[in-house]
Amino acid sequence: MNGTRQYTDFFNDVRDTLYARSCDVMNAQREMALARFESLGFPTRKTERYKYTDAGLDFEPDYGIALSTLTDELPKYCHRICNAPIDVTPYYNSIADRNDAVVCLNTMLSVDTLLVYIPRNTRPEHPIQISNILKGDNDTMVNRRLLVVMEEGAEADIIITDHAVNDSRFLTNQVIEAFASENSHLNIYEIEETHLLCTRYSNVYIHESRNASVRHTSLSLFNGHTRNTCNVQLASEGSEVNLNGCVIADKMQRVDNNTRIEHLVPHCTSNELYKYVLDDSATGAFAGIVYVSEGAQKTSSAMTNANLCATDSARMYTQPMLEIYADDVKCSHGSTVGQLGEDALFYMMQRGIGIDEARLLLKSAFITEVVETIPLEPLRDRLHFQVDKRLRGELSKCEGCKLCK
Amino acid sequence: MLKIENLHASINGKEILKGVNLTIRDGEIHAIMGTNGAGKSTLSNVIVGNPMYEVTQGKITFNGHNLLDMKPDERANMGIFMSFQQPVEIPGVSMTNFMRAAVNARYKAQGREQLSAGDFLKLMREKRKIVELDTKLTSRSVNEGFSGGEKKRNEIFQMAMLEPEFCILDETDSGLDVDALRIVAEGFNKLRKPDTSAMVITHYVRLLDYLKPDVVSVMIDGRIVKTGDASLAEKIEKTGFDWIKEEVGL
Repeated sequence: MNGTRQYTDFFNDVRDTLYARSCDVMNAQREMALARFESLGFPTRKTERYKYTDAGLDFEPDYGIALSTLTDELPKYCHRICNAPIDVTPYYNSIADRNDAVVCLNTMLSVDTLLVYIPRNTRPEHPIQISNILKGDNDTMVNRRLLVVMEEGAEADIIITDHAVNDSRFLTNQVIEAFASENSHLNIYEIEETHLLCTRYSNVYIHESRNASVRHTSLSLFNGHTRNTCNVQLASEGSEVNLNGCVIADKMQRVDNNTRIEHLVPHCTSNELYKYVLDDSATGAFAGIVYVSEGAQKTSSAMTNANLCATDSARMYTQPMLEIYADDVKCSHGSTVGQLGEDALFYMMQRGIGIDEARLLLKSAFITEVVETIPLEPLRDRLHFQVDKRLRGELSKCEGCKLCK
Repeated sequence: MLKIENLHASINGKEILKGVNLTIRDGEIHAIMGTNGAGKSTLSNVIVGNPMYEVTQGKITFNGHNLLDMKPDERANMGIFMSFQQPVEIPGVSMTNFMRAAVNARYKAQGREQLSAGDFLKLMREKRKIVELDTKLTSRSVNEGFSGGEKKRNEIFQMAMLEPEFCILDETDSGLDVDALRIVAEGFNKLRKPDTSAMVITHYVRLLDYLKPDVVSVMIDGRIVKTGDASLAEKIEKTGFDWIKEEVGL
């Protein structure tokens, strides 16, 4: 199959090491994942959900593949999967898509899984921050896996950041599975600030029980190629999900967000807001589907994707979709692609504001709406600052990065 | 202060200004009256450098500088301010951030030290009072959800913040009720310094009752065809433009 060979060969070479370093619950899934991966092959652009991203191309380069494990000493609520305080068998690889070769590759090659486990009616005092720091002199691929288990009534904020320290090529293949039990509330924030040679594949799966609420916010502030999916199953009445995303891309950067929300039962709510600011020759894509199954009456769902292309060479592909099999629902979806308002620019310039500053104010105003949805105040303030810095071209590019000069 | 010579300008290939000659001296309030479509708003927009309009011929000098070579923000920072006929709404850009950027740019151009955040807010409060602009408006996005009258007051508020030397009031009176008109006009009078000049475009004499123009010019079909003192405005109010058209043979 296309480009899968180097990964299957590698897997066969390191099989013993993998099995030895990992644990039973993960090892139990490996051979099945290998078989699926081999038969599926990397998705091509003919695969509906990969229409805007060529996975085969992104996985083609020859990367060294990291096989390191997490350390045993982890902060409260965080565990290596082998030290899990609960039985994780019902959770691990249970909602991740077995028909996605990229996910199967992760299941094949992941050595360790970080488990965030929040026991019943517990709320950690502080947000849990997971920093992924890519570092290495050689081109490296990292397969990482996160499992979040929220017991009944648990609440947590998880902040996940992606950074790259040096200028090597990095390929990250991440899978997150999150389970929100009855009445639990989970906020996940993912912030990417890497560099132009970083490729990120992230597949997030969320399962919600009765009256649970999950908020997933993804901020692509600086990257190379990024492909994020977020998949949500609203499986019990009264559950709610908010998916928000903000993308700032320029140069040749690419960001593709793909979401799927399944309303499987009545009385659930979903909201989505994704906004993109694209400059230079950046490419953005958003494809979102809200699926309302038969009988999922009183579903309330809203999806918005708004985009700003600041140049003629920036490209945005947007595809909001609804698939509804119930007849008493409230669902809306919409998308816009626009340019910076000439009238507004002139108005600001007449007040003495230079063109660059005026453009910046407009872009910032556009993207701020997403940052404003973040309930965690210190993070919101920090992100306002980061977004402003990014739009001024002062993020990443000038922080020891040789690539952008 | 401002000298316009043989100015021709067009929009989308259609010539609107057909040879405008106009001089506005230091401290002068100069009213421009004229029929609809005569080119009054085009003239204002060309002076401030609106890129929608193309200047095909002529010259504009402002305090000795060739304006037509300058970008809109450079003109603004030399002290030219236009109160827009239809101020633009800019969702998401707060009045405070917008004004901060404008005041910083103006101060920088004048070689003045930038205001601290505290001093800036103090200045906002002070100037807001002059045009009786509601506090809640300055904490919103630029012009967003403002009524027509509030937008016009907001224009004069911005003028107060920027202290321009030359103001263009482009139909600032349109859409204002009598009280709002008085507040705006009195605001303007309070703000102007002895050498501040203004070009006032209006269809009505009521605004001129407050602003007391030194010179009144009449614009018809892309040219200034008649210039006089304040009494000219009163005569136009009573008798219209037809007699002027006849007089100049249009």
